[in-house]
Amino acid sequence: MTQPFHLEPVPIRMIRCAKTFDGGVRVLDPVDLEIGGGETLVLLGPSGCGKTTLLRLIAGLEWPDAGGRVVFGGEDVTALPIERRNVGMVFQSYALFPNMTVAENVGYGLRVRGIERLERARRVGEMLEMTHIAPLADRRIDQLSGGQRQRVALARALVVRPRVLLLDEPLTALDAKLRDTLRLEIDRLLQDLGITAVYVTHDQAEAMALGDRIVVMSKGRIEQIGTPREIYRNPASPFVAGFVGTMNRLPAEGGGGLLRIGGATLPWSGPMGPVEVMVRPEDLTVEPEAGAEGYTLPARISAAVFLGDRTRLVAETSDGTELTIDTDPHRPFARGDQIRLRIDPSRILSP
Amino acid sequence: MATGGEGSGAGALPLRSRRGRTTPSLRLTGRREAVLLAGMLAPAAVVFSAFFLVPLARLFAIGGSGAAGWSAYLSVLTNPAHLSSLVSTVLLSLAVTAVTLAIATAAGLFLERNRFPGRSLLVALLTFPLAFPGVVIGFMVIMLAGRQGLVGEVSRALTGERLVFAYSMTGLFLGYVYFSIPRVILTVMASAEKLDPRLEEAARSLGARPWQVMAHVVLPALKPAFLSAGAICFATAMGAFGTAFTLATRIEVLPMTIYTEFTLQANIATAAALSFVLGLVTWVALALARNFAGSSVAAAG
Repeated sequence: MTQPFHLEPVPIRMIRCAKTFDGGVRVLDPVDLEIGGGETLVLLGPSGCGKTTLLRLIAGLEWPDAGGRVVFGGEDVTALPIERRNVGMVFQSYALFPNMTVAENVGYGLRVRGIERLERARRVGEMLEMTHIAPLADRRIDQLSGGQRQRVALARALVVRPRVLLLDEPLTALDAKLRDTLRLEIDRLLQDLGITAVYVTHDQAEAMALGDRIVVMSKGRIEQIGTPREIYRNPASPFVAGFVGTMNRLPAEGGGGLLRIGGATLPWSGPMGPVEVMVRPEDLTVEPEAGAEGYTLPARISAAVFLGDRTRLVAETSDGTELTIDTDPHRPFARGDQIRLRIDPSRILSP
Repeated sequence: MATGGEGSGAGALPLRSRRGRTTPSLRLTGRREAVLLAGMLAPAAVVFSAFFLVPLARLFAIGGSGAAGWSAYLSVLTNPAHLSSLVSTVLLSLAVTAVTLAIATAAGLFLERNRFPGRSLLVALLTFPLAFPGVVIGFMVIMLAGRQGLVGEVSRALTGERLVFAYSMTGLFLGYVYFSIPRVILTVMASAEKLDPRLEEAARSLGARPWQVMAHVVLPALKPAFLSAGAICFATAMGAFGTAFTLATRIEVLPMTIYTEFTLQANIATAAALSFVLGLVTWVALALARNFAGSSVAAAG
């Protein structure tokens, strides 16, 4: 692998960027967003949440409603169309030019910039090495696999040394195993290049693995911005809690320094009265049958799925609440088993 | 000609054999399967023979049955009138095809990419001439540029000179373009609709100006449409007769020459020979076009 070139880390600012389509449908509420130079920011959310629109506003494929501004480094690029913003873009459908070979695809950005042939060939070669597709240089696009195509798309976007790399669900069309490999590779490439990158996905695992920070979006609004750890451990809203990872919600009652959940009682410093508490599946522990009575919650297993590295249980408490529990894969569990669940008070997330 | 697309495409693929002429599975089947296969093919073979091979062979035979014998086939080269008729027909058809493709591409892309009030009405109007026979087209050209035509009236009012070009190659060219546009425009629109808009966005993100996106991405992707629409346009122009017949008997295009030889001079052998040549020339021209475009069409697919 050749030594990767380093790219100027350009910070990006979006100021009051909203988007209303013709006919008055507002797909994005006004957004203020700062992306640090060299940062990988992931836009995460279900389809229709506005994440792709936000990406296209940065790209220059859509214009923000009046008053919105997009700034790259010190330059206001709001009025510039995409061809004059110097951005790199990678699409879910790859969008490779079918009438060109791999090398011609990768060299296209240099060609329209008027870079002369020899310099072009050198930079294309360097980029193909970096993305591990040098032997495919003369192939036609229809002779490539999905993973190879996405590498070509990456190489094509990066060879022009863009100010920011924009990726719109680049791995969604690939199968699971390839997705993992390519995800790791993209992560390493982004780190090595030091480029500012914005990555759109609806896959929370992908978001956690790639993002320096994650922007969780829903219905045209930003729900939360934070590091993967913050998003997972301190979800700012019930939507974030439910969308990122799996979350159990339990009806409970606070009062007198104690929290009562079903038959269990925990020390509690939260609000009084009825509350809904949230617990991650890995923060529920299955106790041996004769465990400490006070802190544990009785439940009956309604499904047990062995996943190799863990067993995922679905259990029902006496009041009918369904809980998901990740537990030791070495212990056998069966449907109908009675268990007792210990809840670590420090792991309870309450909104 | 059929190997053009496949062969040049396979060249880059080391794994695929280029010599696949004889299907191995056919050689492996036994006698009984072969008989069965022949039996099942028989109806198709009969129909194909009755409606295609036999008439064509008969036409070919008649072409050689005249006083001049088989040299009638050479008359298209040796007879100056026939030769000039053939050349002008080919040139006219090429010009019609080129101009029609240019107009229909511009209009088709515009109509496909823009939504405005009255758009569907405009599309319907543009495809209106599809049903017109050549006679009607010729009549319209006369009304436009004939002796009493609109162009003549306007030019007389402006310059005192009456501009009349309906009864010439120009008039014929105009009529052919007019009835070719709807055929081509629909193909271009259907093809443009299937273009992945992400391709153009990708090109733009790489810094391509609008004209570069058009030249490097859109037009290459439309190439198969150009080829099939252009082929139909060319073949139709080569064989069109009604318009030429309406405009003037003096316009020497090959279908008119065939008509003259056949009806006025009862020169049936010559007419048959010229007909065969007309078909052959058109077929060769289309085969050449397909061959030239073969590799890039395969790549664009």
